[in-house]
Amino acid sequence: MQWEVVIGLEIHAQLATQSKIFSGASTAYGAAPNTQADLVTLGYPGVLPVLNQDVVVMAAKFGLAVDATVAPRSVFARKNYFYPDLPKGYQISQYELPIVEHGHIDLTLDDGSVKRVGITRAHLEEDAGKSLHENLDGKTGIDLNRAGTPLLEIVSEPDIRSAKEAVNYMRRIHQIVRYLGISDGNMQEGSFRCDANVSVRPRGQEEFGTRTEIKNLNSFRFVEKAINFEIERQIEVLEDGGKIVQETRLYDSDRDETRSMRGKEEANDYRYFPDPDLLPVEISPEFLAAVKSAMPELPQAKADRLIEQYGLKAAEVEVLTASRAMADYFEAVAASADAQLAANWVCGELSGALNKDNVDITDSRVDAAALAQLIQRISDNTISGKIAKEVFAAMWAGEGGADEIIAAKGLKQITDSGAIEAVVDQVIADNPDQVQQFRDGKDKVLGFFVGKVMQATQGKANPGQVNQMLRDKLKS
Amino acid sequence: MADPRHTLAEMARLLASGATSSRELTEAALARIAAADSELNSFITVTGEAALAAADRADAQRAAGKAGPLTGIPIAQKDIFCTAGVATTCASRMLENFVSPYDATVVERLNAAGLVSVGKTNMDEFAMGSSNETSYFGAVRNPWDAARSPGGSSGGSAAAVAAGLVPLATGTDTGGSVRQPAALCGITGFKPSYGRVSRYGMIAFASSLDQAGVLALTAEDAALIMQVIAGFDERDSTCSDQPVPDYTAALEQSVAGRKIGVPTEYFAGLDAACAAATHAALDVYRQLGAEIVDVRLPNLSLAVPAYYVVAPAEASSNLSRYDGIRFGYRAAAADDIESLYKNTRSAGFGEEVKRRIMTGTYVLSAGYYDAYYLKAQKIRQLISNDLAKCFEQVDVIAGPTTPTPAFRLGEKTDDPVQMYLNDIYTVSANLAGLPGISVPCGLVDGLPVGLQFIGSLFDEATVLNFAHVFQQQTDWHTLVPGGAG
Repeated sequence: MQWEVVIGLEIHAQLATQSKIFSGASTAYGAAPNTQADLVTLGYPGVLPVLNQDVVVMAAKFGLAVDATVAPRSVFARKNYFYPDLPKGYQISQYELPIVEHGHIDLTLDDGSVKRVGITRAHLEEDAGKSLHENLDGKTGIDLNRAGTPLLEIVSEPDIRSAKEAVNYMRRIHQIVRYLGISDGNMQEGSFRCDANVSVRPRGQEEFGTRTEIKNLNSFRFVEKAINFEIERQIEVLEDGGKIVQETRLYDSDRDETRSMRGKEEANDYRYFPDPDLLPVEISPEFLAAVKSAMPELPQAKADRLIEQYGLKAAEVEVLTASRAMADYFEAVAASADAQLAANWVCGELSGALNKDNVDITDSRVDAAALAQLIQRISDNTISGKIAKEVFAAMWAGEGGADEIIAAKGLKQITDSGAIEAVVDQVIADNPDQVQQFRDGKDKVLGFFVGKVMQATQGKANPGQVNQMLRDKLKS
Repeated sequence: MADPRHTLAEMARLLASGATSSRELTEAALARIAAADSELNSFITVTGEAALAAADRADAQRAAGKAGPLTGIPIAQKDIFCTAGVATTCASRMLENFVSPYDATVVERLNAAGLVSVGKTNMDEFAMGSSNETSYFGAVRNPWDAARSPGGSSGGSAAAVAAGLVPLATGTDTGGSVRQPAALCGITGFKPSYGRVSRYGMIAFASSLDQAGVLALTAEDAALIMQVIAGFDERDSTCSDQPVPDYTAALEQSVAGRKIGVPTEYFAGLDAACAAATHAALDVYRQLGAEIVDVRLPNLSLAVPAYYVVAPAEASSNLSRYDGIRFGYRAAAADDIESLYKNTRSAGFGEEVKRRIMTGTYVLSAGYYDAYYLKAQKIRQLISNDLAKCFEQVDVIAGPTTPTPAFRLGEKTDDPVQMYLNDIYTVSANLAGLPGISVPCGLVDGLPVGLQFIGSLFDEATVLNFAHVFQQQTDWHTLVPGGAG
């Protein structure tokens, strides 16, 4: 049977605020357990939540970025359940009236076609704390530093049809929240994670199959692997005549499989109701207009502009717009150097070096001005492109700026035709056989001569000049 | 110079004139508590040492010319208000060992005004009750008749003021918990509009209904304290930023030509003697030139049922934080997290609290939410609309505070519905968020009964004004339990 896969993602993006969503406690990552848990975080008797207004602006930005409706009135609701890392016995979330609804993003698929994925809603909520099990003598510890951290939960329509599309979608959302500056998107620290709802149905069937939910996927790779595992598992169950149980599953990356989280889990009735401690969030048209006017250029618009403004190719632009910082870096280089060379260098040597050393572009060891200077030296024929790579490596190693390194290492290109001519004459004189071959019409031998000249000059001779001079002399 | 029945205003004058000191007033209050409270049981915690230290600071302030009008007057706090460094129990085993690390906004403002807290008063557990019998620390007795209930949930505050232990105590009113005990103890109980006084640090029962209030000897005293505690607080999102008027300035306004609406529904099934007391009180206003107008509250009979859906629903969620993990009572024997929760909450909460948690959980459950919670919210809106309509015609609404005078301890404990019906006249003001006051207006079988005024939203001034005018004309509020005076 032909199976069709149906996937919907719920992405949790931690919002990049200084303080928590309902209190003044810090949201900084990595502090000692419970040092960022104030009385509101701890759910002490008598304390009350007060909404951090920054999250409203951030959610509105996201809504605008995905062409969604930003609700003029949204309501916080309590989701009631008991868990040790949930201090109040309820999570403040949004339920019936979320702040963002009816958005979408367009994905470019491998075949170049464009696919629209609907965004059902995005709502604000507080994160829970963490249960700790390590080094506690078999006991469970509770760290409430993360409790109350603001999250934007972004829920897609079940429009996604493969694990690859799911990753594509997730990357696009990741790119958007980072462009907007509303989340650092750090997946290792859990700032950006997702739950995947997966089901399969016979191709052509209207009705959805029974779905399972894979919880807490915190890398693009895991999303792809977990979904693919789950698709295969479900198909296998169905083809063996079994039934899919609607359940929550956990992905085990060590064994590359999903496992049921069931056990003593009971059907939870969260008893949602509007939180009487908080007023509805009202967003006026004026407020929304102000948010809109402060929106940064979004990835798609930026890509279109870079193609238009610098005459770059789509593939290059995709790399350059992967993050706002990358694009900003490129534009800073292109401001004082040849744009095409800038694109080549940012996509090539620079990206390679960043990846190799696992460094973010914002911490690049070669800044945009330094790279621009290097590219200028190629353009003005001070060095060849090949030598430039050597210079770049030295720059990356912290040996100084381009000019400094070129001078220190004596890498300046030889453009004095007298000097080059002497070498060329010598090479011709030393290789009469090859001269004869060339004169017999074997053009390829030219490369041999160029190589010999470059060898003799340690690569510093201007390749263009060498070529021309060799041709002239060999023909005569 | 410390007459137990001195009002706040009188004490302020005595302090200002130098006729007494804060230490003298505070010592006298502590002495009366020591003498009377073993019977009354109106206090859970008495903070004698801290009170005397605060009194001395107040006297020093006064000597330095830095005293405010109320500096140095002893008062009591209902044990639902968080007080830094002092046990804050909410009359529950669950919080028996809980010492708050912070002050509620109300406490903070009263402390800043120099008032001296002598302790924390008894109450129904988590403010759930109308008789003060649900307290983990035992029932409070009514100073008028020790066999009777002082009402609840602010029964300790009401009894302490009525018995002259302190001139004033704070209370909270979720469904009548300030006004009902005030009526049953023969004192003045004032509940401001929802949002007028910050709820920060006031342990939540039903967040959309809870409001801090005052149990006092007079409306004037209530106005004086309102001036201190009312007003915006950024720590409570539901606290209003409406400017606070001068409440005392409005007290003396004439009621001549103004309209008092009396809902005809109030008198169906009302005790005849209570009805007579209400009518007699209304006559006082007639004589002052006010017009008494019949108004209708067609949904009045739905108020108590709606209240007993909404309040437990919110309570069931508000009380989830008492899980034995971070503070308060924790059951000793527990094998796993599930049994820790169950054992802690089974032993930590009393019967009435558990009943309401169960009710609240039920009405919010999938499949019942629409039929109960949502429907109750619709009724709440209808009741608000009915009241708003009345205020298009009248300045205030008046009627009895309770259907009967104080009932006997134990009389209604086996019948929760009978107990809940005690709130028939008071819950509407909470459902609609309106200000309300109860003032003593007579005796029935030797027990005090109250006259209630309900005002329009944020119009505390009118309610206090009507109450004050009555107390200028009558002396019901000066009657003392036991007849001495």
